[in-house]
Amino acid sequence: MNLTLKIWRQKDAQSKGKMVDYKVTEISEHMSFLEMMDVLNEQLINSGEEPVAFDHDCREGICGMCSMYINGEAHGPDRGVTTCQLHMRMFKDGDTITIEPFRAKAFPVLKDLVVDRGAFDRIQHAGGYISVNTSGNTQDANSLPISKHAADEAMDAATCIGCGACVASCKNSSAMLFVGAKVSQYALLPQGQIEATDRVKNMVAQMDLEGFGNCTNTGACEIECPKGISLDNIARMNRELLKANF
Amino acid sequence: MSGFFKSSIGRKYAMALSAFFLMFFLLQHFAINILSVFSPDAFNEASHFMGTFWAVQYLLQPVLIFGVVFHFIMGFILEAKNRSARVVKYASNNGAANSSWMSRNMIYSGLAILGFIVLHFIDFWLPEINTKYIQGDMSGLLADGDGFRYYEELTHKFVNPIRVVAYIVAFVFLSLHLMHGFSSAFQSSGVSSMRKEKLQLFGKAYAIIIPLGFIFIALYHHFNH
Amino acid sequence: MSVLDSKVPKGPLKDKWTDYKNHIDLVNPANKRNIDVIVVGTGLAGGSAAATLAELGYNVKTFCYQDSPRRAHSIAAQGGINAAKNYQGDGDSTYRLFYDTVKGGDYRSREANVYRLAEVSANIIDQCVAQGVPFARDYGGLLDNRSFGGVLVSRTFYAKGQTGQQLLLGAYSAMNRQIARGKITPYNRHEMLDVVKVDGKARGIIARNLVTGEIERHSAHAVVIASGGYGNVYFLSTNAMGSNATAAWKIHKKGAFFANPCYTQIHPTCIPRSGDYQSKLTLMSESLRNDGRIWVPKNMEDVIAIREGKKKPTDLSEDERDYYLERRYPAFGNLVPRDVASRAAKERCDAGYGVNATGEAVYLDFASAIQRYGKEQAKIHNITNASADKIYELGAAIVKAKYGNLFQMYEKIVDQDPYKTPMMIYPAVHYTMGGVWVDYNLMTTVDGLYCIGEANFSDHGANRLGASALMQGLADGYFVLPYTIGDYLSNEIRTGKIPTDTPEFDAAEKEVTEKINFFVNNKGTHSVDYYHKKLGNIMWEKCGMSRNSTGLKEAMVEIKALREDFYKNVSVPGNANEFNSELEKAGRVADFLELGELFAKDALEREESCGGHFREESVEIDGEQEGEAKRNDKDFAFVSAWEYKGEPGEAVLHKEELEFNEIELKQRSYK
Ligand SMILES: Cc1cc2nc3c(=O)[nH]c(=O)nc-3n(C[C@H](O)[C@H](O)[C@H](O)COP(=O)(O)OP(=O)(O)OC[C@H]3O[C@@H](n4cnc5c(N)ncnc54)[C@H](O)[C@@H]3O)c2cc1C
Ligand code: HEM
Ligand code: SF4
Ligand code: FES
Repeated sequence: MNLTLKIWRQKDAQSKGKMVDYKVTEISEHMSFLEMMDVLNEQLINSGEEPVAFDHDCREGICGMCSMYINGEAHGPDRGVTTCQLHMRMFKDGDTITIEPFRAKAFPVLKDLVVDRGAFDRIQHAGGYISVNTSGNTQDANSLPISKHAADEAMDAATCIGCGACVASCKNSSAMLFVGAKVSQYALLPQGQIEATDRVKNMVAQMDLEGFGNCTNTGACEIECPKGISLDNIARMNRELLKANF
Repeated sequence: MSGFFKSSIGRKYAMALSAFFLMFFLLQHFAINILSVFSPDAFNEASHFMGTFWAVQYLLQPVLIFGVVFHFIMGFILEAKNRSARVVKYASNNGAANSSWMSRNMIYSGLAILGFIVLHFIDFWLPEINTKYIQGDMSGLLADGDGFRYYEELTHKFVNPIRVVAYIVAFVFLSLHLMHGFSSAFQSSGVSSMRKEKLQLFGKAYAIIIPLGFIFIALYHHFNH
Repeated sequence: MSVLDSKVPKGPLKDKWTDYKNHIDLVNPANKRNIDVIVVGTGLAGGSAAATLAELGYNVKTFCYQDSPRRAHSIAAQGGINAAKNYQGDGDSTYRLFYDTVKGGDYRSREANVYRLAEVSANIIDQCVAQGVPFARDYGGLLDNRSFGGVLVSRTFYAKGQTGQQLLLGAYSAMNRQIARGKITPYNRHEMLDVVKVDGKARGIIARNLVTGEIERHSAHAVVIASGGYGNVYFLSTNAMGSNATAAWKIHKKGAFFANPCYTQIHPTCIPRSGDYQSKLTLMSESLRNDGRIWVPKNMEDVIAIREGKKKPTDLSEDERDYYLERRYPAFGNLVPRDVASRAAKERCDAGYGVNATGEAVYLDFASAIQRYGKEQAKIHNITNASADKIYELGAAIVKAKYGNLFQMYEKIVDQDPYKTPMMIYPAVHYTMGGVWVDYNLMTTVDGLYCIGEANFSDHGANRLGASALMQGLADGYFVLPYTIGDYLSNEIRTGKIPTDTPEFDAAEKEVTEKINFFVNNKGTHSVDYYHKKLGNIMWEKCGMSRNSTGLKEAMVEIKALREDFYKNVSVPGNANEFNSELEKAGRVADFLELGELFAKDALEREESCGGHFREESVEIDGEQEGEAKRNDKDFAFVSAWEYKGEPGEAVLHKEELEFNEIELKQRSYK
């Protein structure tokens, strides 16, 4: 396949960026999207140009590092996959592909397609934990039975990889799917109940402080989320916050 | 608690609460208006009651005004905040791939409704206030004293085709607004996930039937005059 | 006596750890506040260690090259974590887990360390549940277990196919709590580029801020390395793109011995390479072998027809197929250990029977399992005369329930439906048992410098059992290091803050800066990846699943030559003082180019087959086990610990003799 790529290039956080056109040839349909980017970068290096910077690590859809906005969608046109799992068979010979960084005020661009998602970490510092010391004599794991249903539901919320696609695809740059998933994971488990009140208050407060937008329930996040995190988690977070306040 | 309504989620609650109120009001408004199709007398009775009963006039009416104003001002505030949450826009954005047009354009459907409400104020409400509180005529009777004036006034309004068209356009926007808004309000308030099928169905039904009903009333009177 | 002192406490095996804990020196809480610890790496090992040390009151700085601690490659572990809880009542115990681990490691690990690991394993599960890790549960609300990696008991705890993710998020949440308290300062997108020694003790590190390119000095009273494995020396592996040996290699060059570099685990069930552009390999859980049957065609004509697309695998009848594992290992069949399954696949592909375009793939077939489950279900549901379609449907449903997410992942990558046509698999580099040598305290041969998790060599001997790496990482970080490091730090309470404006820091920083400047100014002709791929190729061909003396000698020469070429001709675009991925890669590949040579040297020196290390010269020559790996306990029951002497090829070997008092050494047999 031969493709035209329109890619956002930006030298560093301070510089202004712009879209630049590139051509790549002989792309195999079996390649992953990032392997296609590797081909482009190899080509750029060999011609003495600077390669396109992008975040990636595991390349198997679990670390949450990769983050490209491809043809107007976070992680591209396929469903239930991250950018690294997107395959070139989703595209046709001659296609033009637009590649941009995840955009939000709370995710400033560091270089080209690399953004700073530190806001997510700070939200988690604010309350994303259960206060338990590592003593070696916490109670036996089976002394606290948890219904399979609750455990499974908590697990579903916990599969979030923190990629930020929800923020990127939301017209309001809202982080509520991510925060909702975190709040829910703990709210669904008895271990998490004890600190539930402070947790949801602190995490939501930090989320607001970071400059994310408000949810207007468009549901775009849920569709683009590579891990299928459900909107129910947002409703649950809203409930939790109400409970915590009254 | 004090911080609650300052938080983004607290504001969502406020928005949803005002929306619930408006949707309830809309239902009640519709219930009275539809009477005009079946029985002008019943319509007149109901209108007179609503227009003169103290609790409606001095309690519900201000609340309603507050509700509308609060809703659209809060809508503007949230919209402004949301726009500022993304400084550099995407060069290519395929919103249609992941969300409905209605959900992405609440502010525009809302603005259309606001435009209509302003018109509606000038059209119905200001004359009402004028008659009742400026001129002090609380009788609700026609100028010739021959029966209530409400039905007459209503049918009269719908003679003008331009007004009817504006009315229809506004209700189409209201339908679009509610098509997303109904289930959204349940989600915002945490009452239910908006992905529940029954809620979706009920919401769609409300969003279609009520505005369609208003449109029907308008057309009915237009053609039956 | 050797310079190596493993510091294993005296006394009976089962009391060693308890006695040790009872007698170590403790640091009083007020003093902990004055002690700083650096933890490089935030995977299961580093994350859990950092959180626990901070909890105890030390001031901790963590480093990771990703943008968040939560993204360390531990996140990718799928299968599960072992613990001797015996919740299933199937006869598991600390001893049995210990025994299985030593045996699985082909008797090349240190008994005392492994016993301690088995001992604390149960605490890990308690701790993780208390943190809110959503392990799988049964309908009674209790924890569920699966059996894993061919052992006889069900002791593996799991969270869907994402156990590593959930455990890491647990450790990360424990870190968050300490970050909120100000006890951990996280340095994300920071890469450690050297360790700083003062008076023979590790006193800090030099790190590069990967966003600004700034070179930073960080001091501490002790340094902990938890930087993961070095599988990426092969270029293609199941590791993350950024996984690297830099931290471990840099400390090796500063005096930490490197142990058993040649012990590598090559995992049999990975998705095959599809072309030269391949950037990494994806693992599929080994649980697939519980139900899948592995085969290649018997006849070469069929192989060719399949490659040319003229035939489909489903066209071949049963007797046109060679179920080679079932043929060679009737007792264990498709469930032979990872290394045996991997070598057998390679043997068939080398003989020309590989079934895809690259010739490097074998089939993993679920058709029989679907049939078997289908018939079983038909019986259960009292369906008599079930049609073939119905049986298929019922069977496929069971297979879906068990492996649905793996099948889906396979289909996303390969674009074939494994319910209808057999999967294609091929072995891939997965785990490195070798690593920095550490004593019982997890301290390296440099005072105050510790190494935990996959980066050290300690617990898995020559081969690792499935679901034991997660256990080891968390055991090291939550339950072992926090004690052992205290013993060392109890002597540091009067040291005071370590200054960074000293000649030692100056020298270390200068070295790092010079290296970086060299790269960005060396306007060569080839990209970093070009060299990395070449290195990977040498490693795979000559230090891969089976090794021989000729190949290993060639490898040493070729790697050295490649390294020299690299320093002449590598091209690194961009500048030093900016975000520069190519520069990061260059530094990592430079270290792999040295490690690779030591790897080959170690493999050459170990003239026996053991665990993941298969020497073609050391096989059974007759009898039932003919052609199978032959261990040599008389001459090789030792740990090879290498001391750096200026060039990887000139490293000096130190042997730590292994003593087995509790376990009788046996040759493996899977026939
Ligand atoms: C695909 C896959 C599946 C697996 N499945 C299982 C399983 O089911 N069960 C099991 O028990 N084991 C499994 N393993 C093995 C296990 O996951 C790993 O051995 C283990 O998680 C390693 O943990 P770690 O903390 O030592 O290192 P890692 O998790 O790799 O962490 C390394 C850390 O070091 C940091 N780092 C590295 N270099 C530097 C540097 N120079 N400067 C700063 N920071 C640095 C990284 O940023 C990272 O934070 C699997 C491994 C893989 C690859
Ligand atoms: C006066 C003009 C109006 C404007 C400018 C307006 C604007 C908006 C906006 C911008 C939103 C989205 C905000 C958000 O979801 O956070 C919204 C939501 C909503 N509006 Fe309106 N609106 C108006 C009138 C109405 C009327 C008359 C009704 C109903 C009768 C209504 C019902 C709703 C509902 C149900 C929601 C969803 C609330 C939620 O998601 O919580 N609106 N409106
Ligand atoms: S909720 Fe989904 S889209 Fe958002 S960060 Fe988590 S995994 Fe990514
Ligand atoms: S690179 Fe890890 S999720 Fe894509």
